[in-house]
Amino acid sequence: MSLKQLTVFVENKQGTLVDITDTLARHNVNIRALSIADTQDFGILRLIVNDNATALKTLAEEGYLIKTTDVVGVKIGDAPGKLSKALNVLDQNGINMEYLYAFMSRTEKHAYVVLRVADNLAAETALEKEGFHLITDADVAKL
Amino acid sequence: MQEKRYYQKEIETMPVEDIKKLQSEKLVKQVKHVYENVPYYRELMDKKGVKPEDIHGIEDLHLLPFLTKADLRDAYPYGLLAKPLNECVRIQSTSGTTGRRVVAFYTQHDIDLWEDCCARAIVAAGGTNEDVCQVAYGYGLFTGGPGINGGSHKVGCLTLPMSSGNTERQIQFMTDLNATILCCTPSYAAYLGESLTEKGYTPNTIPLKAGIFGAEPWTEEMRQNIQNTLGIKAYDIYGLTETSGPGVSFECEEQTGMHINEDHFLAEIIDPETGEVLPEGSKGELVFTSLDKEAFPLLRYRTRDICVLTRKPCSCGRTHIKMSKPMGRSDDMMIIRGVNVFPSQIETVLLNEGYQPNYQIVLDRVNNTDTFEVNVELNPEQFTDTVGGITALEKSLANAMKTMLGINPTVHLVAPKSITRSEGKAVRIIDKRKLHD
Repeated sequence: MSLKQLTVFVENKQGTLVDITDTLARHNVNIRALSIADTQDFGILRLIVNDNATALKTLAEEGYLIKTTDVVGVKIGDAPGKLSKALNVLDQNGINMEYLYAFMSRTEKHAYVVLRVADNLAAETALEKEGFHLITDADVAKL
Repeated sequence: MQEKRYYQKEIETMPVEDIKKLQSEKLVKQVKHVYENVPYYRELMDKKGVKPEDIHGIEDLHLLPFLTKADLRDAYPYGLLAKPLNECVRIQSTSGTTGRRVVAFYTQHDIDLWEDCCARAIVAAGGTNEDVCQVAYGYGLFTGGPGINGGSHKVGCLTLPMSSGNTERQIQFMTDLNATILCCTPSYAAYLGESLTEKGYTPNTIPLKAGIFGAEPWTEEMRQNIQNTLGIKAYDIYGLTETSGPGVSFECEEQTGMHINEDHFLAEIIDPETGEVLPEGSKGELVFTSLDKEAFPLLRYRTRDICVLTRKPCSCGRTHIKMSKPMGRSDDMMIIRGVNVFPSQIETVLLNEGYQPNYQIVLDRVNNTDTFEVNVELNPEQFTDTVGGITALEKSLANAMKTMLGINPTVHLVAPKSITRSEGKAVRIIDKRKLHD
């Protein structure tokens, strides 16, 4: 069910992000969403792309430390209060969250939220029970 | 004018020829003592085919086998002891960070002669029985506190046995009791100086007049800094647990090298690669032979410190040979915050913790304190997508290193294969402290 996120270890060096995005562009990989967590010494780049296999292979070949992480993708309405409603579901079910980021759809009137939680299955079950639509890698590839 | 410039004038200003004669006499006896009482060293001599009868004086010293730190560890704890335990009254010990501790034994005679050496250093720094001597070296197994403490008693100073740390209390005693001589590590002296300055003290209101600093490498720049901040003259002192402790050599008012107490220690400079004895003035590894120790006599002990010996007439009147500040180490040992650290220890921790032994140590000195950073390549299997996950790995690795080394490094995890692999020898240590220029 779940969505795959690519996680890349990036050192705080000039040009690293340029190099990563160039590499993906050269291989025709489209970035749907990204987020960076950074400290003084390193950063962790999280990517949702349309072609995981290609991205994984090419970045690994370039020497990047990269892995896939299972995350939960939720489709929510593009209106005030929708994100809050989704997060409330997690909260009420006692599911801890590590981080989240969101992106908009180009065509539909929807936003997508990427959630990294302690228990993916519990989160997915709880969200679906409340009527949320979950997205998968196949959905992302089609966006 | 100083009324009393020497602690033991006759010995300290003895003509060089007489010193050499005295050393020769003592060496013959010391070798015999060791051969008869230390099976470990007797075996080394037998293996080399040297008998005590072959040693007629200091000119025969080169015939004797060397002792290294590895020997001391092999022989732990009693293997190099030359007196029955019931004649020993004390032990002191190294920090033991490089594996097994080195334990040194002392008879009352040994302690007396060690304290004499420290007393000479204090008098050379201008100390008299009018002085208040604040000893802020650690007390305990570490030789710094006990050695200087004993020397201070012998000089007749009012001795403040502060031990290390507790800066507030150090300052309170220093200013309330008008301490005139401070003895501690140079980095702590610099730190005390800063703390005093912050409290509004100036060189004129700080009661100190002299400081005796040792147990870690320091630069001429640091000396100037300490002298200016505290308004004192700062003297260097050298020693090692293996030979007794501080006071093997010490600086006089000339501040151009440390006089070795030659009536107790015979110094040589050797080529660390070949073991060949080098002529006076050459740079090489310092080797000590004790001349009248009872419990823990060491013959030709390799210190691993690289320095130069010079015997030029000194304006202070002392005739004993001078050694330069150590300019480095003949092995890859680092001294960080006064603690001996070997790269091999870091490697051991990394392998134990599931990392590749790919690392880089970066040393610097910020505000007179050593900074100690270790960059380690992240193990791909341990890579997680959260910052907390990575910093937890860094913390756990730092803790493992602290357990092994006794001091706390800052660990930075870096990308795999990002630490430069130079052809041949990897650059494992980047020391920006500039201690030996």
